[in-house]
Amino acid sequence: MSAEAGSSRFCINGVTHRYRQHVALDNLSLDLPTGQLIGLIGPDGVGKSTLLGLITGAKKLQSGNIDVLGGSIDSRAHRHRVCPAIAYMPQGLGRNLYAELSVRENLEFFSRLFGQGQQEREIRIPALLSATGLAPFSDRLMGKLSGGMKQKLGLCCALIHDPKLLVLDEPTTGIDPLSRRQFWALIHAVREETPGLSILVSTAYMEEAEQFDFIVAMDAGRVIFHGSPAELKGEARDLETSYRQLQAQGEPRFVPNKAPMHHQGADPVITARGLTRRFGDFTAVDGVKFSIRRGEIFGFLGSNGCGKSTTMKMLTGLLPASEGEALLFGRPVDARDLRMRREIGYMSQAFSLYGELTVQQNLQLHARIFAIKNRVERIDELAERFGLTAHMDTLATALPLGIKQRLSLAVAVIHQPRVLILDEPTSGVDPEARDSFWALLIELSRDDDVTIFVSTHFMTEAERCDRVSFMHAGRVLAEGTPDELIAAAQADSLEEAFIAVLEAAETPAPVAAPDVSVDAVYPGAAGSIGRILAYARRETIEVLRDRVRLAFAFLGSVILMLVFCYGITLDIEDLDFAVLDLSQGPESRDYIAEISGSRYFNPTGPLASSEDGRERLAKGDISLVVELPPDFGRKLRAGEPTEVLAIVDGAIPFKGETIEGYVAGLHSSFLEVMARQSGEHPVEIARIEPRFRYNQSFESIAAMAPAMPAILLIMLPAVLMAVSVAREKELGTITNFYATPTTRLEFLVGKQIPYIAIAFVNFLLLAAMTIFIFGVPLKGNPVPLAIGAFLYVWATTSYGLLIATMTSSQVAATFATAIASVVPTIQFSGLLQPVSTLEGGAQAIGSLWPSSYFLHLNVGAFTKGLGWNALAPDLLALACFGPALTVIAALLLRAQEK
Amino acid sequence: MQRLSCIFWLGLKEMMSLRRDWVMMALLVWSFTLAPVMEATGVSNSVNNASIAFADEDGSTLSRSLASAFFPPEFQPVAEIAPGTGAEMMDAGLFLFVVAVPPGFEKDVRAGRSPEIQVLIDATAMEQAGIGANYIINILNAEIRRFAIGANLLNPPPIDIIVRSAFNPNRDTVRFAGIVALIGQIMWLTTILTGAAMIREREHGTIEHLLAMPLTPFDIAVAKIWANAAVVLVATALSLSFVMQGFLGISIAGSKVLFLFGTALFLFTATALGVFLATIARSMAQFALLVMLTVLPMLMLSGGETPIEGQPGWLQIGTSILPSRHYMSASQSIIFKGAGIETVWAEFVWMACLGAILLATSLLLFRRSVAQES
Repeated sequence: MSAEAGSSRFCINGVTHRYRQHVALDNLSLDLPTGQLIGLIGPDGVGKSTLLGLITGAKKLQSGNIDVLGGSIDSRAHRHRVCPAIAYMPQGLGRNLYAELSVRENLEFFSRLFGQGQQEREIRIPALLSATGLAPFSDRLMGKLSGGMKQKLGLCCALIHDPKLLVLDEPTTGIDPLSRRQFWALIHAVREETPGLSILVSTAYMEEAEQFDFIVAMDAGRVIFHGSPAELKGEARDLETSYRQLQAQGEPRFVPNKAPMHHQGADPVITARGLTRRFGDFTAVDGVKFSIRRGEIFGFLGSNGCGKSTTMKMLTGLLPASEGEALLFGRPVDARDLRMRREIGYMSQAFSLYGELTVQQNLQLHARIFAIKNRVERIDELAERFGLTAHMDTLATALPLGIKQRLSLAVAVIHQPRVLILDEPTSGVDPEARDSFWALLIELSRDDDVTIFVSTHFMTEAERCDRVSFMHAGRVLAEGTPDELIAAAQADSLEEAFIAVLEAAETPAPVAAPDVSVDAVYPGAAGSIGRILAYARRETIEVLRDRVRLAFAFLGSVILMLVFCYGITLDIEDLDFAVLDLSQGPESRDYIAEISGSRYFNPTGPLASSEDGRERLAKGDISLVVELPPDFGRKLRAGEPTEVLAIVDGAIPFKGETIEGYVAGLHSSFLEVMARQSGEHPVEIARIEPRFRYNQSFESIAAMAPAMPAILLIMLPAVLMAVSVAREKELGTITNFYATPTTRLEFLVGKQIPYIAIAFVNFLLLAAMTIFIFGVPLKGNPVPLAIGAFLYVWATTSYGLLIATMTSSQVAATFATAIASVVPTIQFSGLLQPVSTLEGGAQAIGSLWPSSYFLHLNVGAFTKGLGWNALAPDLLALACFGPALTVIAALLLRAQEK
Repeated sequence: MQRLSCIFWLGLKEMMSLRRDWVMMALLVWSFTLAPVMEATGVSNSVNNASIAFADEDGSTLSRSLASAFFPPEFQPVAEIAPGTGAEMMDAGLFLFVVAVPPGFEKDVRAGRSPEIQVLIDATAMEQAGIGANYIINILNAEIRRFAIGANLLNPPPIDIIVRSAFNPNRDTVRFAGIVALIGQIMWLTTILTGAAMIREREHGTIEHLLAMPLTPFDIAVAKIWANAAVVLVATALSLSFVMQGFLGISIAGSKVLFLFGTALFLFTATALGVFLATIARSMAQFALLVMLTVLPMLMLSGGETPIEGQPGWLQIGTSILPSRHYMSASQSIIFKGAGIETVWAEFVWMACLGAILLATSLLLFRRSVAQES
């Protein structure tokens, strides 16, 4: 199918894509050749990722059409057909990979998704690992890899099924230049090995675009150029310049105009000596040393995760150093020294202002915290200087990235610090905004004499620093002015110099084209089952490695079972009571003895008056007051009718009613004894014999313990299930479901299997607790009970899936699922109020709720001793819920991203 | 002075952030309006609409008068069933109570042979079964006695008992359930709001930003605590006046101000718990799971859902260090029994001490966790 499709082109026709108000793609039409290396260039937010998502079918087309590999990608049948021929690596380091899985496990997962068998995996995975130099790290968890290695692994995962179309979204953003160069070498090797392979790559680094066969330059959702790099470059000095000229606002490139520093040879403002930071056995920063002079712009150049941020945090006092020292103005950095913090302005890596506050409110808050005297004037001045005046009442979150960064800088300098520490302040910002940001930095350094320590992974920015330090894997490899560094490495550019230094520091991993030509296909488990098992296996590994989720999965039900059973026991005994005995005769003492002799009540000190009784009731010291009138004994002896007053604490209705029952019982047994003593014929003209069925001794634990699993086995499994789906949405790994041949049902069922197993183990734990801790024997048949429990946890996990399809964040999924599972179970399943006592609508809801049936089943099997016949209706009802709910969840789940 | 001002402004920032977080706002509104109303009016734990059947083999005036002594709302209309089918129907969950009257019952009563009525009770329905059984026995006894006195078989009893339900003469369950639900929501929400505010700050990286300014971890935590506690306190006051008193018509015996003062004391504990959970959870999702595992037990064991006297002795000692138990007990005394400060001061002191200890511990832990991570 895809062989003949290889000859056709990618046709994009009139595609418009909106996110709410924002137009990401604006009526875009484009015709792209196949079998070539095609580059999409342009800064963040111009619609590159959206276009790539649409081409792979991971995102749903809103309007227009895209033909990929010989058919419209909007057609579900075509998508299903060509999916195995497309590989998609979304933006973000390792975004579609699983952090808790090792390198090999990640690869095995993708291999299984594409139906490869054990033998085929044994050939492909080692080949890919050795070609990319990842072989020594095959057992390392993905989350612990460096950025460059993550991208290599991402590429391996994308190549495992021999795709015809490889789509890479900003694969090299944020990784060091050496890794970047290796990555491209790998791509070229793969192209040579597999002719006819089409590769679509987006990048924000203009300098990378030179190697593409075909370039598409984008701006604001439109294509502003397409053609060969040579055509784009034309007369211009480099591609970045020509891109700027193409942009609508095309201003000439800002050339940093650095005045010389004022204080050559002044005392160092920032000094680091042997600065080291370890996290466990991982050394993030290893013996870093440098000194920065007053008014200098000092640049830290290195990849993500090389220790730049950690070093900066140690300088601000956010993080104590494991070894070595950091000095600021000659004094050691001390986290407790609040005065020193007034001298520093810090901008952390991510945008770290309050998005839910306006620009004005953000500035105000910081001005207040620094207790700035002329607050209003200072804010006005900054707003003007940083070009924020027009945005003062806009929420920070709604600002374009470039303006957000200017706001961050304004906030960082609001208190006029002498030192600025900026951690990758411009990542993701387009070249235009980067230039204006740098203009501000240079102004601060040269005019206001501020010392600036800035980290970056852009070479063009590093060139603008007074001095630069190359950092890699926690160590400073070289330091000096850009010119010195270039000269020392005998290189042409700073990038070349960095690469030379990197290569000298470590032997580069070998790069070769992976030899994955597999002659025969060794199919694994049949497609659908294979994919379901792939998801199930992966989910199991993930849960087992997440300690909080694991504890919640197994300890949660045990803890809550103990709490519920001990906490909700309704056997009330040993209640304190007091007597106001105004009669003080033998008769009244006998009456009182009847009450205090019972196991329900404990006597406390006698009362002086009715008020005394009322007061002690109000205080909660006693729960019952018994008042005997002054003529109690006399009237009784005379055979005249008399009366006793019992005042019960009715504040807690249940407790009050229970006490009333106790008192009435003790009263009539006193009358009986009295009658028998006087030789009268039995007062009892008829006997009323209560028979508590299923639970003769009427201990509440016997009723409570078998009822609790009904609520615990819906709440915990449903929440865990919902969190696991919402987690994929939040972390982005759900892309693998969008972009691989996985169907909705396969995805959901695969994820569900481990949770059904966990919940079933929970059921066994709870049943064991019921029998051995709470001493409630299992009187009925365990087989239908176990089957019922299995069907029930299938239903409750499906319910979690259903709710997860409607929520997008893990927190919303947790609370929504908890509320939506606990409330109906308590209200309508008969947990507190038997279903037979519910009225109308409530009873109808109860009969549509799985817990009602499982409650009846579990209680029936445990205490009523019911067997197959009596439990069959419950089993039949339970059997309907799981499949039905899973199917509804599958229908509601989006098969493509919006 | 400057630090106090920082704490104040950071707290205001907290409130502005909360106002724009519609998920939390929705949770806040739901928790103080619909949730307690549903809980208060939903399930009553006294006998209500109980299903009852009579297997009457006598068919006499007396047996018929017994059957007609059960009315709504406590009982559903009495169902007549064939003798001997009661157990089976109870297995199927059709009836909670089955009363079996033997043949010749009235004749035996008149002859003084003391015949026996059997009452089958489904003991798996805990709350209803216990109270309902008492109810039924008392109703049957009273009816038989009335018959016996009328037929001159029996003298009126020498001692009569008058039972009065103090603080709640009409055995109103809505009031109790409503207030307990409100208190539960206070616990949930305070913990969630405070903890979520801490984690949001960490997840968005703004906590480092704050720590690089002249602020201590203590200032940051205290700002969150006062702001979220204030929000919950205001919501509690509004809910008490408009939802509890206004909508549900619940009467409050004591002083509202005293109750709110007690609530303020309790909020120290609840916010401290939020801060504590936020320091051990690495993500919002873990926090949500931890909240469920801690707040639920604290609530269940506080004496609101079921009386403290129902707990085993060892557990009663254990739960006495739960601030939630003291809060529940003080609140019930104030709202239901009209207790004043002279009655509840001891509970207040407990809450204040336990809250202070918890708060100090979690602030200490928070500071340590800030120093360790990043």
